[in-house]
Amino acid sequence: MLWEAVKLAFQSIRRNAMRSVLTLLGIVIGVAAVIAMVTIGSGTSQKVQDNLAKLGSNMLILRPGQSTFGPGGATEARAFDERTVSALRSNLTGVRALAPTAQKNAKVVFGALNYDTTVTGTDSSYFAAQDWSFREGRPFSDSEIRSGGSVCVIGSTIVSELFGTLDPLGSRLRVGSFACDVIGVLDSKGQSAFGTDQDNTVLMPLRTFHRRIAGNTRIGSISISVAERNDIPRVQAETEAVLREVRRVGNGEEDDFTVRDMTQIANTMAMTSTLLTGLLGAVAAVSLLVGGIGIMNIMLVSVTERTREIGIRLAIGALERQVLSQFLVESIVLALFGGIIGIMIGLALAGAASILMDVPFAADIRVIALAFVVSAAIGVVFGYFPARRAARLDPIEALRHE
Amino acid sequence: MTEPPLISFRGVARHYGEGGGLIRALAGVDLTISRGEFIAIMGPSGSGKSTAMNIIGCLDRSTAGVYRFNGVDVTGLTRDQRALLRRNYLGFVFQGYNLLARTTAIENVELPLIYRGMGRRERRERAVHALHRVGLAGREHHTPAELSGGQQQRVAIARAIVTDPLVLLADEPTGNLDTSRSREIMQLLTQLNLEQGITVVMVTHEADMAAFAARTIRFVDGRIDADTRREAA
Repeated sequence: MLWEAVKLAFQSIRRNAMRSVLTLLGIVIGVAAVIAMVTIGSGTSQKVQDNLAKLGSNMLILRPGQSTFGPGGATEARAFDERTVSALRSNLTGVRALAPTAQKNAKVVFGALNYDTTVTGTDSSYFAAQDWSFREGRPFSDSEIRSGGSVCVIGSTIVSELFGTLDPLGSRLRVGSFACDVIGVLDSKGQSAFGTDQDNTVLMPLRTFHRRIAGNTRIGSISISVAERNDIPRVQAETEAVLREVRRVGNGEEDDFTVRDMTQIANTMAMTSTLLTGLLGAVAAVSLLVGGIGIMNIMLVSVTERTREIGIRLAIGALERQVLSQFLVESIVLALFGGIIGIMIGLALAGAASILMDVPFAADIRVIALAFVVSAAIGVVFGYFPARRAARLDPIEALRHE
Repeated sequence: MTEPPLISFRGVARHYGEGGGLIRALAGVDLTISRGEFIAIMGPSGSGKSTAMNIIGCLDRSTAGVYRFNGVDVTGLTRDQRALLRRNYLGFVFQGYNLLARTTAIENVELPLIYRGMGRRERRERAVHALHRVGLAGREHHTPAELSGGQQQRVAIARAIVTDPLVLLADEPTGNLDTSRSREIMQLLTQLNLEQGITVVMVTHEADMAAFAARTIRFVDGRIDADTRREAA
């Protein structure tokens, strides 16, 4: 009986091809929109998370001054210095890597080409702290760090902008008015979560940076990579204590530095992105509702148009529920059909967007299954009223209907 | 013990509306129809003949009185119970054929069997057989649009008899047909009545057609005006 109803539904849909297509369109657009939104959304949030992971795992970033997100920005405060770094090194436990950094924007020149980049002075633990790996070459040696050797490690953007196909290893790169030997090239990390190109970087030993580039001994920030994720709060608290001690922040006084937990920021950003995905999905879901109402509309028209047919069926002994199920199955088939087409179009759109926007294609089988179930549910909900109307027709009246 | 009559009306009435606008379509009718009869119901329009037909066919319910079908009081049956009764014991033929459009002859004939939940193979077999009986062998896969009026009515008759009903109810079966097509249809009904023993109850306003029936019941103003039996020749 069910199979007969399904066959009947297909017959009726085929006989009213144009009308069926237009009805489907509502559901198709709704489902496609939801699938595309959710798939692109979770792709984006995956990308955000990947990017944040690239910043380095279990990272604490220490900066002088209290940064505020409101107007005014960071307050002026004393920079960190060597003493701060050694105090942290000797007092903290559970730390995988600790790297002081100082940064300055500078123009780098090789041959006839130049490029604006960020120059960072640091030591070898920086690469571990930031999860950087080397494409070729090596990090700074201890003696280069101690003596402030004229060496540098460059990011892949610098390679492509200045060296092209040439091998940069061993070349002399001019940074501002100072020249250094390229001893290493970093693997590409791509864009950061904040949209900056992480590969546009030149690194040199901190002492070299202080002497040759900055002209002072300030340390702009310190990166700490905590060994165990669960340990982050403890290390953060200890770090704050050490810094208050070293920087002589009195009891009751506000910190004149900031310790930021990057993992937490990563989670916040991922959450925001998920929230946004949900919101967009919800907006798209409204169009699904509109599609459902379209189905109800067409089914009502169909019932009116086929009143005589319903009369015949009732006269020859169809039960109410048999007529009901016939029309219900028809609307479910319509809605499912629309749903399946919508899922395919939605995935295609998401696929195209993932290429254009350079985000991963994050098709989720659960979302697809849900869209499928929701389509069927729309068929049931919006098909029930017209179907009941058909089932309750008076056979005599229905047979007289022209 | 005598077999109960197939159809028995005792004071069956059907009223529409109420108060001053009350219409008595049937005003208390007594009627008995036995198995195997061929009955023509005649009468001017508004005489109650169609109402009587609808009540016999369990498409409508009486307002008062008792209708027994095969000895069973069907007055109080629910909608679905009446549908089951129609499905199992009654076959309908209408003036306008009432076939499903864009549906082949055999699919039309199979329809009542589908509602009976019969298997595909058996359904097909019986439908082919029924079409054969009405003289439409070879037209199984024609749609109504590809068939003449007479042929469409034959498909409708095939659909009515495919379930082997006790009663075939025909409402102006020849109303849309020319004289020779009408005679062919009447011959078919007579043949089904004689050979298969199917009780035929037919509404008509043409005396020519009524002449095929063994018994003619005439309605006037919601009452039976005359009930005549043709003497066997």
